[in-house]
Amino acid sequence: MTNLIKRKKAERRFQLYGIFAVSLSLLFVLTLIVNIFSSGIGGFYKTSFLMEIHFDQKLLKLEDNPSSEQIEDASFRKLISYNFKENFSQYSKDEIKQIKKLFYRKIDKETQSYLLKNPQYLNQKVELLFTASTDIDQIHKGNFNRNIPEKQRSINNFQLGIYDQFIETGKVKKVFNKRYFTSGDSRDPESAGVASSVMGSVFTILICFLLSFPIAIFASIYLEEFAKSGKVTDLIEININNLAAVPSIIFGLLGLGILLNFFGLPRSTSLVGGMVLSFMTLPTIIVACRSSLRAVPPSIREGALALGATKNQVVFHHVLPLAMPGTLTGTIIGLARAVGETAPLLMIGMVAFIMNVPSTPLEPAVGMPAQIYLWSESAERGFIEKTSSAIILLLIFLIVVNFVSVYFRKKYEKKW
Amino acid sequence: MEKIFTVITLLAFASSAYARDTISIVGSSTVFPYATIGAERFSEEGYNGATIEPTGTGGGMKLFCGGLGTNFPDITNASRPMKAKEAKLCLDNGVTDVIEVVLGNDGLTFSNSVDADRFSLKKEHIFLAMAAEVPVDGKIVTNPYTTWNEIDSSYPEYKIEVLVAPPTSGTRDAFDGLVMEEGCERSGYTEIKGDDEGCTSYREDGRTIEMGENDTLIVQKLSEDSERFGYFGYSFLSANQDKIQGSIIDGVEPTMETIQSYEYPNARPLFFYIKKAHIGVVPGIQEYALLMVSDDAIGEEGYLTEYGLAPMTEDLTDRTIEAVEELSTMDLQACADKKHPLKELSGFGSACK
Repeated sequence: MTNLIKRKKAERRFQLYGIFAVSLSLLFVLTLIVNIFSSGIGGFYKTSFLMEIHFDQKLLKLEDNPSSEQIEDASFRKLISYNFKENFSQYSKDEIKQIKKLFYRKIDKETQSYLLKNPQYLNQKVELLFTASTDIDQIHKGNFNRNIPEKQRSINNFQLGIYDQFIETGKVKKVFNKRYFTSGDSRDPESAGVASSVMGSVFTILICFLLSFPIAIFASIYLEEFAKSGKVTDLIEININNLAAVPSIIFGLLGLGILLNFFGLPRSTSLVGGMVLSFMTLPTIIVACRSSLRAVPPSIREGALALGATKNQVVFHHVLPLAMPGTLTGTIIGLARAVGETAPLLMIGMVAFIMNVPSTPLEPAVGMPAQIYLWSESAERGFIEKTSSAIILLLIFLIVVNFVSVYFRKKYEKKW
Repeated sequence: MEKIFTVITLLAFASSAYARDTISIVGSSTVFPYATIGAERFSEEGYNGATIEPTGTGGGMKLFCGGLGTNFPDITNASRPMKAKEAKLCLDNGVTDVIEVVLGNDGLTFSNSVDADRFSLKKEHIFLAMAAEVPVDGKIVTNPYTTWNEIDSSYPEYKIEVLVAPPTSGTRDAFDGLVMEEGCERSGYTEIKGDDEGCTSYREDGRTIEMGENDTLIVQKLSEDSERFGYFGYSFLSANQDKIQGSIIDGVEPTMETIQSYEYPNARPLFFYIKKAHIGVVPGIQEYALLMVSDDAIGEEGYLTEYGLAPMTEDLTDRTIEAVEELSTMDLQACADKKHPLKELSGFGSACK
């Protein structure tokens, strides 16, 4: 009797341990997600100020009805300082300079693009939105405590006063930060974006897929269906399984040694990045493909053979299509792992400051994780937010990829 | 399999024929932010921008001196002057014409959290806190100190814990040269031991903690525990003044002025090196260099100065601008023989060492 009570207690205890373990890991995940989302969601928005701009034709030295080229060539500096003087006429020259610092330093370029889009603004007074400087942006979002001594912050009391005045008159707006998705890396948190790293990741993964998918399929078909089992195939099998467990940085070193130093491929390009990542994903895909080939019941092969199909026909008409869902799932998971990889990219120079959005795999590029790493190292406060926002994007991407692979598996999975 | 190899070989040929039209820059992570600011202004002027890779000074030199051709970088940034063995590596690989550009000065700060007391340190005390072996009563022993007041009673009773840069970092080289070696000398270690071996070995009992090249992380770690110290460039201090403060070293506070005059004992010059053979092959190299040394960038109110780079003296600025305008190369052979024209100048003692 006592024995039974004891055993039941042990079972309850074990269940409690289990619940504890599960809730602990859930807590970790939750903390991570809450932490990243709370600090990163702000990165998709930016603080902007409404300000009236008088597009004075004379100050811009433009003719009537100027062409876009003429607007592009015009210098907007004078126009900006004129407008600041007009809008803040009660302040001294030095004070106006400080007010100007509340705005993003490329305010002249912003004004220019407004006129490019709306040529009818010429000679008109229009109230437009201008990006705030990163310091004031951080204060507005509450990421920076404004109540610390003046000496310790980059925004002084006078500037804070002006900012409060802007708030009172309703001139401060929080708008969607489109630039974050369209521009490349920048030194200014105001204009830094993920476009170049997203493109870099897309090219890298594309090349990785194009290389690793066919090679893996042919390798696994040969090993599974054609190769005679013997010592050599055993050795290859052991090696493939071992390769799947090799740390990714080793593949980076391999890429550095063979692709860059021996073949002389260009450094920092997504071509090399994709090749290195395909070294890494190949074993994963091969393992997945082989196990799904093995899962196809022998009756299907035998039935096809009995009807007179050649071995080749058996494989390509019957076995491979049936093994495809499993292979695809394996491939997607392998690629998803590759997307999040930084270490091998470090070795081949894909961790770099790149402003231009690459349009071919032969141009220098960074990957998303590398961009996150670089931003996390920047001194400016504004980049902390950008880093978290980029992590959010990467997480969303990975979640989507995982859902796709689950969908494939569920939809095409066959039970025999 | 054969086909795959053919494809790879073809790609290799295709890409070596592929001319690079963006400048490739590698090197120091201390100079990295300045280089990126420069590159951004450079692209605003209509050029194609640049690819800048923070590899650390040593790593950058290795890539830079690897050879000629578009597969090798055009410029390497350095937070210390080139070493003799790097000059030799360059010469061995046919990189014979190199232009040395002094960009400005950086002050290496020894900082802690603003929540803690501000320290006024002496270099020998920093050495005594961080070295693996220190002299005590005329004998070299394993570092016995655990709190700062044990070293000198004028310091508060804080535990000794210093966050340090990894060995590949130029910042570490500079710190070792500026603080550890000199502190070592002053503490009497070299006199007792007879040589300076071990001056730059840090203690490994958990009181110096290696942090990687991530300076932001160091700032965060300093805020978490106000008794900790860390070292990094002046630009980081000026960008994070609400969180950290720079200790006074040998009686001098780290400010823009004291760094420029090298009065602050941990001021150091920053460099970049240009491969002359690449000028004209990759477009924009000289223009980029001119922009980096222009008055708009490194003058009193320049954008690099605003970010924390301390301007140089007028003589040095003139020398720098001249080097870029005339493309005057440095004497690598002399450097490999440990000679450098600026060696006598304060701040340049480690040139071609």
